[in-house]
Amino acid sequence: MADETTDNSGSKVYLQIDNLTKKFGNFVALDSVSLEVYEGEFVCFLGPSGCGKTTLLRAIAGLDIQTSGTVRQADVDISALPPSERDFGIVFQSYALFPNLTAERNIAFGLENQKLEKSAVAKRVTELLELVGLPDQGPKYPAQLSGGQQQRIALARALATSPGLLLLDEPLSALDAKVRGHLRHEMKALQRRLGVTTVMVTHDQEEALTMADRIVVMDQGVIEQVGTPTNIYREPDTLFVADFIGAMNQIEGHVNGDNSVSVGELSFTSRNHGLAREAPVVAAIRPEDIVPQGMGDYSSSDSNVENSLEVEVEDMEFLGSFWRVSLNNSALGGAALMADMSINAIRSLEVNIGSTIRVKLPADRLWIFPPSASA
Amino acid sequence: MSESATAAAGAAALIKPKTSKDDRIMVGFILVICLYLLITLAFPLYAMLSKSFSTYAFDLTNFEFQVNTGDGWSETFSAAAQNDKVKKFKPEDLVTSSDGRLAPTELFPDFSFRSPTLYKLRQVRGDTSYLFKTDRVDDTDWHEYSSNDFRRIVLRASADTGLDNFRTYFSTPALFRSIENSLFISILSTIITVSLAFGFAYAINRSTMRFKGLFKLIAMIPILVPSLLPGIALVYLFGNQGMIKGMLMGESIYGPIGIVIGSVFFTFPHALIIITTALAISDGRLYEAATALRASRWRTFWTVTIPGARYGLISAAFVVFNLVITDFGLPKVIGGQYNMLAVDIYKQVIGQQNFEMGAVVSVVLLIPALMAFGIDRYVQKKQVAQLSARSVPYVPKPHKPFDRICLGYCSLIAIFIVGLIAVCQYAALIKFWPYNLSLSLDNYNFKVMDGGGWDSYTNSIQLGLFTALAGTIIVFIGAYMVEKTNGFFATRSAFQFLAMMPMAIPGMVLGLAYIFFFNNPDNPLNPIYGTLAILVICSVTHFYTVSHLTAVTALKQMDREFESVAASLKQPFHKLLSKVTVPVCLPSILDISIYLFVNAMTTVSAVIFLYSPDTTLASVAVLNMDDAGDVAPAAAMGMMIFYTNVAARLIHQFVSRKLVRRTQAWRGT
Amino acid sequence: MIKKVFKKSTLIASITALSMATFGNSALAVDLTVYTAVEAEDLARYAETFNKDHPDINIKWVRDSTGIVTAKLLAEKNNPQADVIWGLAGTSLLLMKSEGMLEPYAPKGVKKLDRKFVDQSAVPSWTGMDAWVAAVCYNTVEAAKHNLEPPKAWSDLLKPMYKGHLIMPNPNSSGTGFLDVSSWLQMFGKKQGGWDYMDRLHKNIARYTHSGSKPCKLAAAGEIPIGISFAFRGARSKAKGAPIDIIVPAEGVGWEMEASGIIAGTDNLEAAKTLMDWSISRTAMEMYNTAYAVVGMPGVAKPVKYFPPTLLKKMITNDFEWAANNRKTILAEWLKRYDSKSDAK
Repeated sequence: MADETTDNSGSKVYLQIDNLTKKFGNFVALDSVSLEVYEGEFVCFLGPSGCGKTTLLRAIAGLDIQTSGTVRQADVDISALPPSERDFGIVFQSYALFPNLTAERNIAFGLENQKLEKSAVAKRVTELLELVGLPDQGPKYPAQLSGGQQQRIALARALATSPGLLLLDEPLSALDAKVRGHLRHEMKALQRRLGVTTVMVTHDQEEALTMADRIVVMDQGVIEQVGTPTNIYREPDTLFVADFIGAMNQIEGHVNGDNSVSVGELSFTSRNHGLAREAPVVAAIRPEDIVPQGMGDYSSSDSNVENSLEVEVEDMEFLGSFWRVSLNNSALGGAALMADMSINAIRSLEVNIGSTIRVKLPADRLWIFPPSASA
Repeated sequence: MSESATAAAGAAALIKPKTSKDDRIMVGFILVICLYLLITLAFPLYAMLSKSFSTYAFDLTNFEFQVNTGDGWSETFSAAAQNDKVKKFKPEDLVTSSDGRLAPTELFPDFSFRSPTLYKLRQVRGDTSYLFKTDRVDDTDWHEYSSNDFRRIVLRASADTGLDNFRTYFSTPALFRSIENSLFISILSTIITVSLAFGFAYAINRSTMRFKGLFKLIAMIPILVPSLLPGIALVYLFGNQGMIKGMLMGESIYGPIGIVIGSVFFTFPHALIIITTALAISDGRLYEAATALRASRWRTFWTVTIPGARYGLISAAFVVFNLVITDFGLPKVIGGQYNMLAVDIYKQVIGQQNFEMGAVVSVVLLIPALMAFGIDRYVQKKQVAQLSARSVPYVPKPHKPFDRICLGYCSLIAIFIVGLIAVCQYAALIKFWPYNLSLSLDNYNFKVMDGGGWDSYTNSIQLGLFTALAGTIIVFIGAYMVEKTNGFFATRSAFQFLAMMPMAIPGMVLGLAYIFFFNNPDNPLNPIYGTLAILVICSVTHFYTVSHLTAVTALKQMDREFESVAASLKQPFHKLLSKVTVPVCLPSILDISIYLFVNAMTTVSAVIFLYSPDTTLASVAVLNMDDAGDVAPAAAMGMMIFYTNVAARLIHQFVSRKLVRRTQAWRGT
Repeated sequence: MIKKVFKKSTLIASITALSMATFGNSALAVDLTVYTAVEAEDLARYAETFNKDHPDINIKWVRDSTGIVTAKLLAEKNNPQADVIWGLAGTSLLLMKSEGMLEPYAPKGVKKLDRKFVDQSAVPSWTGMDAWVAAVCYNTVEAAKHNLEPPKAWSDLLKPMYKGHLIMPNPNSSGTGFLDVSSWLQMFGKKQGGWDYMDRLHKNIARYTHSGSKPCKLAAAGEIPIGISFAFRGARSKAKGAPIDIIVPAEGVGWEMEASGIIAGTDNLEAAKTLMDWSISRTAMEMYNTAYAVVGMPGVAKPVKYFPPTLLKKMITNDFEWAANNRKTILAEWLKRYDSKSDAK
């Protein structure tokens, strides 16, 4: 799978995870997971709750050491080391700020006992407070700070000792949406500035897509796909990834040929899939990839364009910057198609509920996956 | 998926996590405290259990006779053979206690001390003895006695093990009837206390009456006095010279009536605390729903209030039951002829020096106490589940007639509590009840009384302080380790189990077990016997569970990730402990210490067997002075304990407020 | 230089001298752990009087009621903590002797004691100090309220008018209670008569107390009109102003002695012997006499205030050996007859 935006071939591997397995009794939380994280990279573990992402993070931190498999950090095998002998800073969802210590003293907590002069500690604390943009909040207690401020203090505390690895366990999920959006940007900028290798656990795809250099999508204890945000979004390897990230039309069908699928009475050209003929499959296409006739590269008025079909507009939902249109063609076997259309397109094509339009499902955007095991 | 996982895990070497220095230190602490609890709890109980199986019997095979009726010495024959011949003693007759004595003349039906017959006696092995006149003979030589001397011989019993003590216990009505008595009193007191406390808690929670704060304060008074103090007050009120004895209509206060009234007094706050909590967590929305459905107050009470508080009620019932059945002071003071298990232990050990039977009664007492404890733990687990549900607190609305009833009811209870205490204080100040009613402080001249004088008062304060200090440290460290250590599951659950045990062990049983364990010269810890140290240890152990639970609750409220953060910052656990955990938990830590102090000041049962002349205690002095008939000085000492505890509470409140202001500033906004 | 050394050595010398002076006393003095059941209010006086003659022996009292001290001694049988017993019930000393816990020793002047007050073994294991004698404490004020007549004899106490107005100690927990029971058995018949008496008495008893002095104190406090207790207690209460008479029943009264002995295996045998010698000296006997009307040395006792003068004559010939040998059986029988709920009613 080609990586479109980032090429890591020149970067050094900083964190190497091999065949990591973690069991809780009979329950397998991580099933032979392998992963490389490059130096200075921002990696997100993304997946639904219970997928093993937090378990993986805690194994990297040494907080819940894996059953088997190795973790190497900066070329050192740290698989069995207790957290105190590893090199990382961590921010938890709850921040775990010490409630009885001021913001300053929270940040200074890791700097004490390190043979640092008091003035040096104070200097470092001021530096960190400025770094996280809270230069005046030092003397306050956590309870006197807002959620976002607490989060930043926790970050400053984790960074105080200049760890080689920064671990973030759902650091933004306790915040409200607005603060979250703002902090995403700030944290990412900060990480880039410091160049600290960072692993973040999140269940929020938007967060992962906006912040990560690479995303590790996990489900049921295994890695489904690793890639850049665009890569994950545009080139999902599995139905799970396709479904989990972004919106995706999913229509059940059968394999027709090497790059062909039949859905209902219709047949479409699709991407190559290598699945056996007649195998039941799911054809998937993102709503924004459905092109209405007269827009973009589908300007032709020819009704015989590949993968084009006539649909009736059943419903329209205004989502601010675009319309989500529900399309139906009885030949699809009852499945409705969702298409995102720009305000411009709706206006110029005069799309209304009940009107009939023609749309194209571009063959290179039409994915064919084997149906998921659970379905 | 799991197949591949197994395959992969099978292929890959399992990781054996390296423990950090902190982990090792913390596990070390757990082991030390585990060992502490083993030594102060498990081993003594084991010693007591084995004592209950240690029996005494006359070993007739070990005694041999020769008789000379004037025509030369007979063949040697054993006492056992002689017994078979004359069929005098059945095997059960030969079972006795350590002080059992058997006259061998009983084996010779035609014995007369005037006859010229001579007797020879020897012991086959040297592990028995007999007494001639009052001298002990334990050699294996033949000794010759005239008939007149022979009648002054008694055989002594030798030690054995078996179930005989239990057999004796259950075949002695005077002993086993105590089980029935104890159960009766405990159940009756439980029903009354829980009902009264429920009414009180209901009034406090559900009405808008005035003086709620004052009522709550008064209701807590009984915790501050020894359980036998109400007994003394009852004697002054309802005794034969009692101020209002007419109210009993001829019934005697000495016996079940007195025990039950006193038990209700001293268990009331315990029940109240639990029931108040149960009522406070009930969901206000249910009441809103009930009002919306136009349910009557009565119907709401039975369909919403009672079911909501049921776990609290059950829990309160078992706590009260356990307190009453294991209490010793009260039945001792006012029980009269009414025997109860806890007093039986005392009577067996102190009155008859029959330690084995004391151990047997202890084992018997342990059974209902353990059962009550088990059920209570089960119920409490359920209650926790209920607690965690999100609910809206109930806010009572004014309702004049109901508020008035509540006020009246609470006033009656308050008068009962304050009244008993006031009577004690009055009694302590009267010169010679009932003949000289002038006031004096003579009764405070403890020096001329039994019980150890003012020394026992200062000893008690020392015991309270040391128990509070050592106990708080041990309990908190133990709770911290068990709560915050990772892994070592087996060690931690073993510790949890040990920490819960003391609650089920009656004080008398613990005290007696301590005698058996610590007063053994082979025990390297023997030197602490008779010192203040053993009293401190005993008190800490006796009150371990509640303190432990308080500490664990406080620690559970701390973010679980503090330890992870500290480890990632490479800070040792003790820094986190001293800089964060202890300051944050300070209010609970202070609560634990005041709990330990107050209990060490008032406890009688656990220490009654353990105090020495240098370490007499105020609470025991109350008992002993009352026992010796110095009832007024006993009341005086009891009131000293009360005032000390009140002072300790005030100091506790002042110090907590000050410390909290300093260390808990963060809680402000 | 020399001066300096000199100064230094004088300093050391004076420190040594000082410490000798401070610690010298205690280094020479012997601490003697003495177990006793003597009344708390008398203890200090006993030690003080003893120290007048023997300032080098420091008595560490271990005081408690008879039952507790006895239990304590027995519990410590294999690891004795006491050096000497001074002032414990004779019955208890007999028990200690049967356990081989006493060191036989004939104190100086033992011949001057009444024979009853000395262990009859070749070398005595214990010697008696004084006797406490059973008596009835009779509250005149309360008795008048109930129209009672003062009893003159044990048999009077069986009269129905006393029903519910009598109280006595439980022999299972009180030494006084046991001495009452054993004296009745000896006076009225060991096999039958004594028990018959107690069966009838039991009907009049309001309740049994744990301690021996309590019945008299309760009578003194008017809690109950008549308490079967011992004379010494009665005299004390009377001295405090209680409206009580001390009645000595005509048939005779049981008594028990307070006795002393050395614990076998003591590290301080010499000091213990010194104390034993002193404990039967005339000085000691006079000291006991301030509280007890009957002491071990004949001819010493002066009448004690509030003690009935007839007391001495009424003391029965108490067979301690019999009492000790049959104690268990007697107590078990008593328990069976009187100490259970159903019978108590």
